[in-house]
Amino acid sequence: MYDFTYRRPGSLDEAKRLIAEEDGQALSGGQTLMPVLRARLAMPSVLVDLTRLDELKGTSMEGDRIVILGATTHADVASNPLVREHCPALAALAGGIGDPQVRHRGTIGGSVANNDPAACYPSACLALDAEIRTDRRTIAARDFFTSMFDTALEPGEIVTAVSFPACREAHYEKFPNPASRFALIAVFAARLGGDTRLAVTGGGTGVFRWQEGEQAADQGGDLANAALDEAHFTGDLHASTAYRMHLTRVMAQRSLAAIG
Amino acid sequence: MGDEAATDAAFADAAHRISLTLRNNRLVPNAIEPRAINAQWDQANEELTVYMTHQNPIGMRMFYAAAFGLAAEHKLRMVSPDVGGGFGSKAHNYPEEVAVTFASKLVDGPVKWTADRSEAFLTDAHGRDHLTDVELAIDANGRFLALRADTQANIGAYLSSSGSLVPTYMYATMLSGQYAIPAIHARVRAIYSNTCPVDAYRGAGRPEAAYVIERIVDLAARELGIDPAEIRRRNFIREFPYQTPVVYEYDSGDYEKSLDAALELADYSGFAARKATSEARGKLRGIGVAAYVEACGIGPSGKLAKLGGGAGMWESAEVRVHPVGTVEVLTGAHSHGQGHATTFSQVVSDRFGVPIENISVIQGDTARIQAGTGTYGSRASVGMSATLRACNQIIDKGKKIAAHLMEVDYDAVEFEDGIFSSKDSNVTIAFAEMAFAAHAASGFPTDEIEPGLVATSFFDPPEFTYPAGVYVCEVEIDPDTGTVEVASFCAADDFGNVANPMIVEGQVHGGVTQGIGQALWENALYDPDTGQLMSASFMDYGMPRAGGVPDYKLVFSGVPSPSNPLGMKGCGEAGAIGSPPAIINAVCNALGVRHVDMPATPEKIWRLCQEREQG
Repeated sequence: MYDFTYRRPGSLDEAKRLIAEEDGQALSGGQTLMPVLRARLAMPSVLVDLTRLDELKGTSMEGDRIVILGATTHADVASNPLVREHCPALAALAGGIGDPQVRHRGTIGGSVANNDPAACYPSACLALDAEIRTDRRTIAARDFFTSMFDTALEPGEIVTAVSFPACREAHYEKFPNPASRFALIAVFAARLGGDTRLAVTGGGTGVFRWQEGEQAADQGGDLANAALDEAHFTGDLHASTAYRMHLTRVMAQRSLAAIG
Repeated sequence: MGDEAATDAAFADAAHRISLTLRNNRLVPNAIEPRAINAQWDQANEELTVYMTHQNPIGMRMFYAAAFGLAAEHKLRMVSPDVGGGFGSKAHNYPEEVAVTFASKLVDGPVKWTADRSEAFLTDAHGRDHLTDVELAIDANGRFLALRADTQANIGAYLSSSGSLVPTYMYATMLSGQYAIPAIHARVRAIYSNTCPVDAYRGAGRPEAAYVIERIVDLAARELGIDPAEIRRRNFIREFPYQTPVVYEYDSGDYEKSLDAALELADYSGFAARKATSEARGKLRGIGVAAYVEACGIGPSGKLAKLGGGAGMWESAEVRVHPVGTVEVLTGAHSHGQGHATTFSQVVSDRFGVPIENISVIQGDTARIQAGTGTYGSRASVGMSATLRACNQIIDKGKKIAAHLMEVDYDAVEFEDGIFSSKDSNVTIAFAEMAFAAHAASGFPTDEIEPGLVATSFFDPPEFTYPAGVYVCEVEIDPDTGTVEVASFCAADDFGNVANPMIVEGQVHGGVTQGIGQALWENALYDPDTGQLMSASFMDYGMPRAGGVPDYKLVFSGVPSPSNPLGMKGCGEAGAIGSPPAIINAVCNALGVRHVDMPATPEKIWRLCQEREQG
């Protein structure tokens, strides 16, 4: 790990100022950033810790939307009564990320900003039409996740909250990588406004909506025969492209079956 | 090794010949504590103090003094008191530690190195990595006639401390398994490659042998239509001692007793009903049996010399009894998670009648312990036996002291439950009273009884011990994803006498879990084009987790070993030896296939399920 200066701002405004003036790198739960630093794959000079800011932690309802502030941990989302009541699939997703240590450090804002192609949250965001709120604007999930490890965030822009519509007809089915517990393939399925949503993570190139699968489900067809674009998938030492594509169909079928 | 001509002749006349090619996957040891060293050279006194995570600090002192000339041996202190796991990977001599020690002399001050997890993945000696062609000759009645094995062992880029020993004398010698096989021939070629060195890792050669014999025996059962338990029962060794065709002479055992115990524990006869229940849920269920035997308690110096070994493998213990009756045991055996502080104390407590809290076990510091050869290869029974023998010397001296105090003949003194007594006297003397008298030495005939109460023993066992057992497991496979779930795992182990069942159970739990890890998830994979280790972190290397293994059912069906005074055989590695073939046998049973290489990853199993569906 290279040396860096650690900053712990007392407010979001101070965090924004430190990031702007000192070329700071925002640090949330650090579940990706810290291993990257330990492996000397990045060399930020200043880290600005967002996790001590109370104004970035907590969950509330705004109308029929659940608003989860950016520095809320996965464990807090998993156990939050509002999330469990209004979108139980989201609580279950959060409760299945990594292991207990990860869930007590990692945050929703950090996860969506990082956009790991095997992360859990992006699939829920995409399937549920989540809105990602930043210190500057609100971005629809479909515009936010641009490609693997890349988002619509501008340099220095901070994710302050993610809002989801209440949705009880949803289910997240994950096939975990036996080593990392990231998704080898996972599908977040939801029925939103009468339409089926299927968002896939773990394919390798970044989270995506499987629209042919959604149409097949809405028409009462069989997902086994729905078109699935191979371009969304890559192979690695854990799974080939063909196996990931097969798992996508199985996880989608299982998540839809769970919704009923 | 073995008799090639006799093996060829047996194959020529055999009714059946079963053959298989097996890969034993390369593993990364992954002790919870990575290696660490702090070396401090003291120029003024020409003394070197080295704190190191090692399983054999006394042996390392000799290497550092004699082989590397880092300091005179009597001025070199090697300390490794508490070590966070080893599994063999901390029994070797590594270049990093030598370099750090040398650097400390260069700078005339302390130099420290702590490996991080990435360095542990890349440099801790790996385990296994064999490719074997095996063939079994069987007569018309299902009796084994001969076994032939041709093994290529990848030993990495450099020869590690036991790099050539593990795939030869610790592997080929165990290829008879639990079976009476009249002729065996094994050829092993150790292959250099541009990979991390391979050395002893929990089991060290014996898991590779058990995998070869238990896979080919299982395949034979399948191809001849004989029940897997029955074909084993039909070929078990039944008389001991038994001289195998591959050097070792098994000291004791009752293999059928373990088989029966394991089958009962697993409700073997109820499998068909459980399989039907699984099938009703769309799952494939399989059952696997594996019988292992291993050689522990290294080692008998005489036998080792016959094998060409240049060093005896005794262990020492010094028992010091303080004036108030508390006891210190100083031993060269080294606990890095095995619980010696408890089990060695139990031996002393049982012998002296001293409460266990009044006993401490001292290890891992050459300034305090005279001599020893460390712990690996399930050899703590050697140090425990030395401890018992030192205790016996203390009791013998105690009887002389008691005889003097009671004014009776030495021969008339008895010692039981911590009390010296005699039929010739109404005086009794407690152990602690005797200890105080030994140190006070008041009015002693010191020409006959020297003051003090210290005894030392070096125990050199006459023979290896041969722990053995039978494991039965069931797996349930999801054909849609290829996931293998271990539904149940039952183990019947013969460890001889067991000092502490809870600790022994813990050793079996850990070993079986590592074996399940090897069978299903773990794989050290190098990129064939670049030579990079691809599975170099816990993100990519599948360690077993508590959630991925079932509750184990264990039973100990012990036959005491005649090879040491405690009748113990050793238990540290058994679980990792017997479980991989049990799991793979169950997977093959579920899928109805000849073989699946480890690890049985979901994708591999899914592809087999696809082939199965397509006929």
